[in-house]
Amino acid sequence: MPITYTSGEQVEVYRFSIPVTIGVPLIALFLQAFLPRRLTFFAYLDLPLLVTIFFAMARRNPIAGLLTGAAIGLTQDCLSPGPIGVYGIAKTVVGFAASSLGAKIDAENAGTRALLTLAFYLLHGVVYFGVARWLLSLSQRFSWSHGVVAGIANAVLGVGLYFLLDKLKQRT
Amino acid sequence: MESVLSRYRNLIILVGVLFLQVLGLAVQVKRSSDAQGTRLIRIWAVDAITPMEKGLVALQNGSGNLWHNYLYLRGVRAENRELKEQIEQMRLKEVRLSEDAAQAQRLQSLLSFKEQYITRTVAAQVIGSSGSDLSRGIYIDKGSDEGVQPDMAVITAGGIVGKVLRVYPSTALVLMINDQSSGVGVILQKSRLQGVLAGTPNGEVMMKEVMSDEQVSPGENLLTSGGDQIFPKGLPVGTIAKVGAPKDLFLSITVKPSANLDRLEEVLVVLQKQEKQAVAVDAPRARAADILAQRLPSVPQQPAAVPAAGAVAAASSGAKNTAPVSGAQAGHAEGAEQTAVRSAGDSSATAKPPIADPPATSKKLTSPAVAPQTAKPRASASQPKTSAPQSATPAPPDADTPH
Repeated sequence: MPITYTSGEQVEVYRFSIPVTIGVPLIALFLQAFLPRRLTFFAYLDLPLLVTIFFAMARRNPIAGLLTGAAIGLTQDCLSPGPIGVYGIAKTVVGFAASSLGAKIDAENAGTRALLTLAFYLLHGVVYFGVARWLLSLSQRFSWSHGVVAGIANAVLGVGLYFLLDKLKQRT
Repeated sequence: MESVLSRYRNLIILVGVLFLQVLGLAVQVKRSSDAQGTRLIRIWAVDAITPMEKGLVALQNGSGNLWHNYLYLRGVRAENRELKEQIEQMRLKEVRLSEDAAQAQRLQSLLSFKEQYITRTVAAQVIGSSGSDLSRGIYIDKGSDEGVQPDMAVITAGGIVGKVLRVYPSTALVLMINDQSSGVGVILQKSRLQGVLAGTPNGEVMMKEVMSDEQVSPGENLLTSGGDQIFPKGLPVGTIAKVGAPKDLFLSITVKPSANLDRLEEVLVVLQKQEKQAVAVDAPRARAADILAQRLPSVPQQPAAVPAAGAVAAASSGAKNTAPVSGAQAGHAEGAEQTAVRSAGDSSATAKPPIADPPATSKKLTSPAVAPQTAKPRASASQPKTSAPQSATPAPPDADTPH
């Protein structure tokens, strides 16, 4: 049972059933594709990213985290008109960072989760922008103000979503 | 060595996974993925997501139809009446427009112009988006099974939407005109300046490649130029919203698309378009007045003496009797039908009769059998131009409708 310790405090590692591991990201991807056509503000939210962060932080295993991020990101790429790999790279980095951080700190309370979600949203945006701009020469524009506002919106949604998803956790 | 590998195992795997993805990106960029067939991984992803979207859209439509078609029918009769009136008005307008179109075709045939016609379309429903704020793509519920292929134009009644980018068996991904990788050949309706329409990262639509010394004014309409070989010429694109300061010798022109790209529900995919030379149609021209006359009930049988007397009276009065009537056409909507039918035999014979609901009493004066015959000799002699637009774009709904 892999358990890590931080400052003497025990941090629990969780696992998820196979239906949850596959079903939750698929539902997130489906909602991300379906809802923005009906609810315009939903375009600012990134449900697949929130799910990536949640799974990565709950599992607290960097390899599992980066693979989860890569899988979700690549699937998201497949649905978009652009080349496959841009979201994949961004979410791989976020998955790795979230699980690495999750192994060191206890991110169970709402405030910590909100702050981490905001930080990971910005990290995701920076990596996405970098890949699109420097690797693909796409004329992407990165706006910090837009990023922070969208990040706060994602953080608020994320806190609610994480508490819902907490019910699907299984103790190792 | 082994301890180093195990110590940095996570980091090495991260670098490996990232490297593989960067390699994949490089391969795609080098091969120009649009020209390639659809990748299997995309088909899997789309097959996993779109059935849910289709199901939810069908459920949404079903419940919406149940409510709108069976439960919420308030005001339907009044709406039906209004729509019937609109149809009458539009039929008359159609006659006038077809007159202009026929003239345009005659001119085009004289100049040996070739024109593109949309010959086959398929209606499709928008079931989802690409799920990214940074790219503008939509999924439609028609795919290769229905004959959809890449690079087909996607339009609505309002204007163009985009082109088909990728096709799957039962769905297709449409790249919208506000995506930054899209490009559409466009032309300004009045000044006939050509340019390229492209999207921006934040979803705006810009007209590019217009030199800074050109005059472009906000509000001007934009049409497809046909130069991209995807969209047929003359489809509405949008209007100029803003003309900004020139950048690098080119104007910065923001366009407001005609189609509401954020609220698309149904679209048309242009399956087939045909290029053929315009041929002048020599068929006798149907005029609004004639059409209207034919649509009215016929004159009831009357005793033989009465029509004879009427005919004599009409013959003796000649054009004098009709002249005041045609003059009254210009601004009076009342008794419009009477005016319109009578004008068919008039020398001035304006091609633009007033359109209004026919009063019941005026029907007695109509003579469908006479109107077309008397109209023919003079119709071609003097045919004042209507205010209908000369271009291929349809007129705005109220452009010619008297109130």
